[in-house]
Amino acid sequence: MGKTVGAPILEVEGVSLSFGGVVALQAVTFDVREHEIRAIIGPNGAGKSSLLNVINGFYHPQQGSISFKGRRRRQVDPHEAAQAGIARTFQNIALFRGMTVLDNLMTGRTLKMTSNFLQQALYWGAARREELEHRAKIEEVIDFLEIQHIRKTPVGRLPYGLQKRVELGRALAAEPQLLLLDEPMAGMNLEEKQDMCRFILDVNDQFGTTIVLIEHDMSVVMDLSDRVAVLDYGRKIADGAPDEVRRDQAVIDAYLGVAH
Amino acid sequence: MTHLLYSIFVDPFVQMGAAPDLLAQTLWEGLVSGVLYALIALGFVLIFKASGVFNFAQGIMVVFSALTLVGLNEHGVPAYLALALTVVVMLVLAFAVERVILRPLVNQPDIILFMATFGLTYFLIGLGELIFGGDPKVMISDQLRLPGGSYRIPMLGGYVQMQKIDIAATVIASLMVAALAIMFNRTRIGRALRAVADSHKAALSVGISLEQIWVIVWFAAGIVAIATGIMWGARSNVSFALEIIALKALPVLILGGFTSIPGAIIGGIIIGVGEKIGEFYWGPLLGSGIESWLAYVIALVFLLFRPQGLFGERIIERL
Amino acid sequence: MLYREVGQYKTSYGADQALFPILQDRIGIAVILLLAFVGVPLTASSFTIDSILIPVLVLSLAATGLNLLTGYTGLLSLGTGGFMGVGAFACYKLTTFFPNVNIIVLILCSGFFAAAIGTVFGLPSLRIKGFYLAVATLAAQFFLSWCFIRVAWLYNYNVSASIEVPTKTLFGLAVTGPTASPVTRYLIVLSIVALLTLMAANLVRGRIGRTWMAVRDMDLAAELIGIRLYQTKLLAFAVSSFYCGVAGAMMVFLWLGNAESESFNINQSFLILFMVIIGGLGSLLGSFLGAALIWGLPIVLRAAPAFFGVSIRSATAEQASFVIVGALIIFFLIVEPRGLARLWQIGKQKLRVWPFPY
Repeated sequence: MGKTVGAPILEVEGVSLSFGGVVALQAVTFDVREHEIRAIIGPNGAGKSSLLNVINGFYHPQQGSISFKGRRRRQVDPHEAAQAGIARTFQNIALFRGMTVLDNLMTGRTLKMTSNFLQQALYWGAARREELEHRAKIEEVIDFLEIQHIRKTPVGRLPYGLQKRVELGRALAAEPQLLLLDEPMAGMNLEEKQDMCRFILDVNDQFGTTIVLIEHDMSVVMDLSDRVAVLDYGRKIADGAPDEVRRDQAVIDAYLGVAH
Repeated sequence: MTHLLYSIFVDPFVQMGAAPDLLAQTLWEGLVSGVLYALIALGFVLIFKASGVFNFAQGIMVVFSALTLVGLNEHGVPAYLALALTVVVMLVLAFAVERVILRPLVNQPDIILFMATFGLTYFLIGLGELIFGGDPKVMISDQLRLPGGSYRIPMLGGYVQMQKIDIAATVIASLMVAALAIMFNRTRIGRALRAVADSHKAALSVGISLEQIWVIVWFAAGIVAIATGIMWGARSNVSFALEIIALKALPVLILGGFTSIPGAIIGGIIIGVGEKIGEFYWGPLLGSGIESWLAYVIALVFLLFRPQGLFGERIIERL
Repeated sequence: MLYREVGQYKTSYGADQALFPILQDRIGIAVILLLAFVGVPLTASSFTIDSILIPVLVLSLAATGLNLLTGYTGLLSLGTGGFMGVGAFACYKLTTFFPNVNIIVLILCSGFFAAAIGTVFGLPSLRIKGFYLAVATLAAQFFLSWCFIRVAWLYNYNVSASIEVPTKTLFGLAVTGPTASPVTRYLIVLSIVALLTLMAANLVRGRIGRTWMAVRDMDLAAELIGIRLYQTKLLAFAVSSFYCGVAGAMMVFLWLGNAESESFNINQSFLILFMVIIGGLGSLLGSFLGAALIWGLPIVLRAAPAFFGVSIRSATAEQASFVIVGALIIFFLIVEPRGLARLWQIGKQKLRVWPFPY
């Protein structure tokens, strides 16, 4: 691979989450090392998206803590998470449908824009400079993801595969240190999946971004990831290199639905 | 300062205790207006429950139906025939609304449909004024054989006066609510209505005719509107000012939820009673006319504690 | 063919992001501004200025304010009339307290009062969303309407509970009050509206506009990107109310010359909302188009019968205009839910390829 995986950048410790009577996560502990590609797999309803939501601060767990870059929190504040450098994509695309691709990507850079209200209203000084600076940065992302031709298209009009790509672009626009991808290849055909794999690998390779990936397609998981964690009914049942996990009996049972 | 605190937190209750019959009277008045608000809210609930549309025009439908009734009578049509004809008019209106507004807009987001009902409101206001003129009219209570006069009931050291028409209104409203609740929950049509409210596409796919359902439900709302119009008109008179009063149904819906028939009644009563008590005992502190906004503030306060209303379903947002 | 962009290359991001990147648009705007600032004062009649141009400009500003809140940020508001009233009464009180300060300064300051009140009534937006928030704005509207009657201090204890505008001058010319000429008032209104619209356009295409639209489209995702929802919503309330407040102050001081509390009641709120709906939610151009249509329609209706030699009572024309406006709203929502502005855009698209069909 030619990359060096560093120390743990994200540590999830003993996180338990439930909604009313439904237990989504039970004492889940896992870590993510810097620069690695970490996959989370498991049958449907295992709590994978909930885990990402907890890391992001969208859900607050009843127990446990999340440490990112050394800062430990019981409950993550979404704004703080974004500031600290966590970005993500969503299972059911969460793009801003009323805006163009360009605008969606620009929203990804909101936190980096600091011009005040008056400067914005007069489009003067820092406001103008920022717009142009960040536009230049966005264009790099656009080039990287090969979406130049749809820059000014309202995202609502794009086909599903391209929307997913734009969503990745919005996350990348924030120049995150940790990228959370929730089923980035769901609903894609083979070609689109290959493109997406290529992008994910390039992001990890060129920018050194740490990636946590939820995915169902086993071949993708085996190819891309450095380590894999397996969730089932909210509990972590396996954790390790892809090959080990694939042969783990508990994992096989979980996917085949054997009572356990 | 203590005088201010006293007059807000203590004095009104002292006054309530000093004249309990007056309190009972105020409570009764509040109950009655609450029931009438609830009737208007009921019209909203019916349409919302079955089509997901917030029918802003419900208020004007109340006025329009009352105007039609009185207008026909003015032209010499006997009262009960006029009533029957008004029912027909509301049926025609239901068909027209379904054909012209609902069908073309079937897949649009709710906000668009809501705004279409704005358009309908203005349309009916203009039409009503053109046909019947803009002056307030007197409801034909006598011709409809609605009970007049009042009972004077001695109680609590004084007496409470109850207008017979108010009692009739309460009874009729309760009957209507019961009938509608039964229809929604026990009959096949009711089930179809609930299916349509949940998802148009799914309902279509099981063979429910959306058009039929919508006509039925707008017609039902029209009937409720007629009843409301008669009751309101009998207590005051029939004018376009009633349209604004219909906006009061909104706080009722907030409290009671947009899809709950019993909720509309309970919400209506809370708002009606709250308003009257607030106006009577706390009004003098602030000046008159606080009932123009008190209901909304009550609803607002409720919303701050329960953003989905008293009976509304908690919305769990998923990402 | 007229509208082809061929040959107009943008060689910098700045040029691409300009307000009017297409040359034909720039020429068009220049022409419109020229007509507005120079052509109208020279050629239009006082009637046109007083009854059509000034009202449409003032109402467009209010519609812009509402559009920022409802169209761009997705927060439905039924309190527009009330916020306009706050601006109007604030301006009136300011002229009472500071009779020697320039009236334009006072008009702009009264916007800030409206912004403050608007922010207060926007506070519930933290907990309450969507349609329920609209009811909170209704509470604001009815409460403010009540204040405009009950709080006599606002109209200087005038017995008739209305306010009369004093004569104010600027550079020796009367600009408000009975002696101010329509042209003077028109030019001031035009300048203020042009300036504030420009600011709105800048806001909307920049970071703030994007955060507003993000909140409108998917607030949960916006939050996870790091956008602070509460502050974004409150800012929208504040800016929107500022615009409505200035519009209200202008309505009293530069258009009607007087006002009473009824001028700022719930019907005013609905009127502005219709303008925004028909004109196009989320479009600044739409605010102007909607205002022009809704204001102009009754005037056309009243004039049309006379034009054809038929006489109709003005009350009937008024009622007919209700019917037609109502029908128009429904018609537009069916045909083009995104309003006149969208129709305009489609028209421009067709112009691009005209005379070819596609």
